Amino acid sequence: MASSMLSLGSTSLLPREINKDKLKLGTSGSNPFLKAKSFSRVTMTVAVKPSRFEGITMAPPDPILGVSEAFKADTNEMKLNLGVGAYRTEELQPYVLNVVKKAENLMLERGDNKEYLPIEGLAAFNKATAELLFGAGHPVIKEQRVATIQGLSGTGSLRLAAALIERYFPGAKVVISSPTWGNHKNIFNDAKVPWSEYRYYDPKTIGLDFEGMIADIKEAPEGSFILLHGCAHNPTGIDPTPEQWVKIADVIQEKNHIPFFDVAYQGFASGSLDEDAASVRLFAERGMEFFVAQSYSKNLGLYAERIGAINVVCSSADAATRVKSQLKRIARPMYSNPPVHGARIVANVVGDATMFSEWKAEMEMMAGRIKTVRQELYDSLVSKDKSGKDWSFILKQIGMFSFTGLNKTQSDNMTNKWHVYMTKDGRISLAGLSLAKCEYLADAIIDSYHNALLYWETPIEL
Amino acid sequence: MDSVFSNVARAPEDPILGVTVAYNNDPSPVKINLGVGAYRTEEGKPLVLDVVRKAEQLLVNDPSRVKEYIPIVGIADFNKLSAKLILGADSPAIKENRVATIQCLSGTGSLRVGAEFLKKHYHQGVIYIPKPTWGNHPKVFNLAGLSVEYFRYYDPATRGLDFKGLLEDLGAAPSGAIVLLHACAHNPTGVDPTSEQWEQIRQLMRSKSLLPFFDSAYQGFASGSLDTDAQSVRTFVADGGECLIAQSYAKNMGLYGERVGALSIVCKSADVASKVESQVKLVVRPMYSSPPIHGASIVATILKSSDMYNNWTIELKEMADRIKSMRQQLFEAIQARGTPGDWSHIIKQIGMFTFTGLNKEQVEFMTKEFHIYMTSDGRISMAGLSSKTVPHLADAMHAAVTRLG
Repeated sequence: MASSMLSLGSTSLLPREINKDKLKLGTSGSNPFLKAKSFSRVTMTVAVKPSRFEGITMAPPDPILGVSEAFKADTNEMKLNLGVGAYRTEELQPYVLNVVKKAENLMLERGDNKEYLPIEGLAAFNKATAELLFGAGHPVIKEQRVATIQGLSGTGSLRLAAALIERYFPGAKVVISSPTWGNHKNIFNDAKVPWSEYRYYDPKTIGLDFEGMIADIKEAPEGSFILLHGCAHNPTGIDPTPEQWVKIADVIQEKNHIPFFDVAYQGFASGSLDEDAASVRLFAERGMEFFVAQSYSKNLGLYAERIGAINVVCSSADAATRVKSQLKRIARPMYSNPPVHGARIVANVVGDATMFSEWKAEMEMMAGRIKTVRQELYDSLVSKDKSGKDWSFILKQIGMFSFTGLNKTQSDNMTNKWHVYMTKDGRISLAGLSLAKCEYLADAIIDSYHNALLYWETPIEL
Repeated sequence: MDSVFSNVARAPEDPILGVTVAYNNDPSPVKINLGVGAYRTEEGKPLVLDVVRKAEQLLVNDPSRVKEYIPIVGIADFNKLSAKLILGADSPAIKENRVATIQCLSGTGSLRVGAEFLKKHYHQGVIYIPKPTWGNHPKVFNLAGLSVEYFRYYDPATRGLDFKGLLEDLGAAPSGAIVLLHACAHNPTGVDPTSEQWEQIRQLMRSKSLLPFFDSAYQGFASGSLDTDAQSVRTFVADGGECLIAQSYAKNMGLYGERVGALSIVCKSADVASKVESQVKLVVRPMYSSPPIHGASIVATILKSSDMYNNWTIELKEMADRIKSMRQQLFEAIQARGTPGDWSHIIKQIGMFTFTGLNKEQVEFMTKEFHIYMTSDGRISMAGLSSKTVPHLADAMHAAVTRLG
């Protein structure tokens, strides 16, 4: 600290202060060295100003990331990380799709340049992403009624939409499912868009509280934005049935609400791109105006490349043009233009018939592995649990995540006794589970469900 | 059907990026694009640095590489190396762990994240920016919720720095105000303070507790030397004070579209730096969760290897030298045509851009008659010029000045 103190000496505050303090130091006698030493100490306290950021507190760690960190620190050989929201192979390794490697090699061979993309992103990507979502040749695309701009994966795309809502729909609320992905609230908070919740998860059935959902959507002020998970609801894995989707569309239309889809798992849930887009396409059929945020993190394994899109379906091509221009106006002061690498990978994969087929096959494989693991887990639970509890919700749920119905105390038991890492809301990631570990996990779940409340004396937090 | 978007008006094209749009639509064979600040070779082509291609090859061919989410603050190596690059390897601030560095989306992203952080956690909500400055600056700060004030910077009479005005305006700023400083190669004017002037600015700012926020978009690209171009920043950091720094690798590594940059917040203590970092994460998570891996991996690969780093400095100097040469050639061509006025600012200004001093009318004329594409404030990107096109530009400027002087 001394060295930095010396160089601070050039502020104009010092001379008067020094003299005052020199006078005070008269009692230290005639020893000039002593005087000089005290002088230095005085200079230090006068010159070193406190930090401008002194009052800043340490922010709490991200709840989901904290799970992975705790897992890493655990030395037990049976440990299992079911907190991770990223696909793992049967060997529990991260997976880079073959078709992605192919695309990157192609891009390298071609020697693509690294010029700025337009603010709205790579045109070939935007075209491909809208077509994947709605189906090529869909009226909304033919009539140019979709404003599509490349965004920073799902989060970035949601944020652009939220900023548009804040600007053009002042006071409008977004209604989100209870529960929903933890970051949804943060996004709307930071974008200053008010939000409230609609009932979704029913802990009694470990299923959908459909009546509650419909009632709450109905009750929301007319023209609210309703945040819907297109497929593979995060964190519950519980999706409405096709019949329920129809009723949801009905009530939304009735109240002139604006649907806002978060599509993070297209193709990854059922294994079929078209099947997983059914809910979105149903709404498009109705001629409604709505938002769709897309992500290629999971279905193309492009997590770290941050590639996604925001689509706004409008009633006319003119409206779509205007909306697109305003989305650009929001993106420019946020990051100017989006990153090119991930967009090129997607465009290359979708643009080449062979690679597109290969992608579909790899996606089916990933979704297939998760379905297989669900089945194995269910079979293990049923064969080991003699209580007659209905575990079929595991098979009914879809996608990467499963809400086990375990509460906090029970989830803690999973971690503390069984070294199974998961989030405290009872969510497990099937993507992080291997067939080999299903029996162990079944044991852990059965024990936690039946006995955790007996083991742990701390009060239950429901 | 009544659209819910009926009150959404059509936004005008971004003025800077709109120039390229207009250029692309022009069929003339003699058109020149002097709008956007992206480097072009003597042949007028975009350039991907050899060292970047090499790094990319290593990355793509590495079988152990995965695409898992990187941390919210980005790649650790990249962050450390970026701080070293701007602050110097021997910086006490680094040694004392007083620097929080967060990988962001190039310069824009670093500025926006820094501004959002300041809005939330800093007591002063006003930022002073030079007049003129990069067109996107006021928008970035406004959207982050900061109020924007201007300090005098460019003197049209001298086509140089209005130093007196700068000192007066910063002297009148409220204590603690944030001040945006271009670390080198001021955009759009190319006019930089001298080292003596920087020292005076530093003393004035520290005496008023003004908080510096550096925008470093051209380190190494301005003078050809990474250290020289970092001097202004290092002088401030050397006095032990705090500051923010937005770094971009768009120009100096030619990584434009990969969106690679870093926000560094130099704090008084390691404890404060660590708390600051934790709070910046809360700004990033609801904006885009975590930054993109590709560009930052390329940068880290290059900065880590002394061979690749050296090769980079050579390619960087080549780019800077070519731009200096364009300045010289344009100046000489204008002299040769006997264009009225003092055009020495062309060689005095530094970096990618030259503030020609041409007005809006003259610019429109040059676009219409000579197919020269540039921003209406008279800024030209020297990077977009070549020996072949200098004569045409000189003709255009000569015509504009003599006919519309």
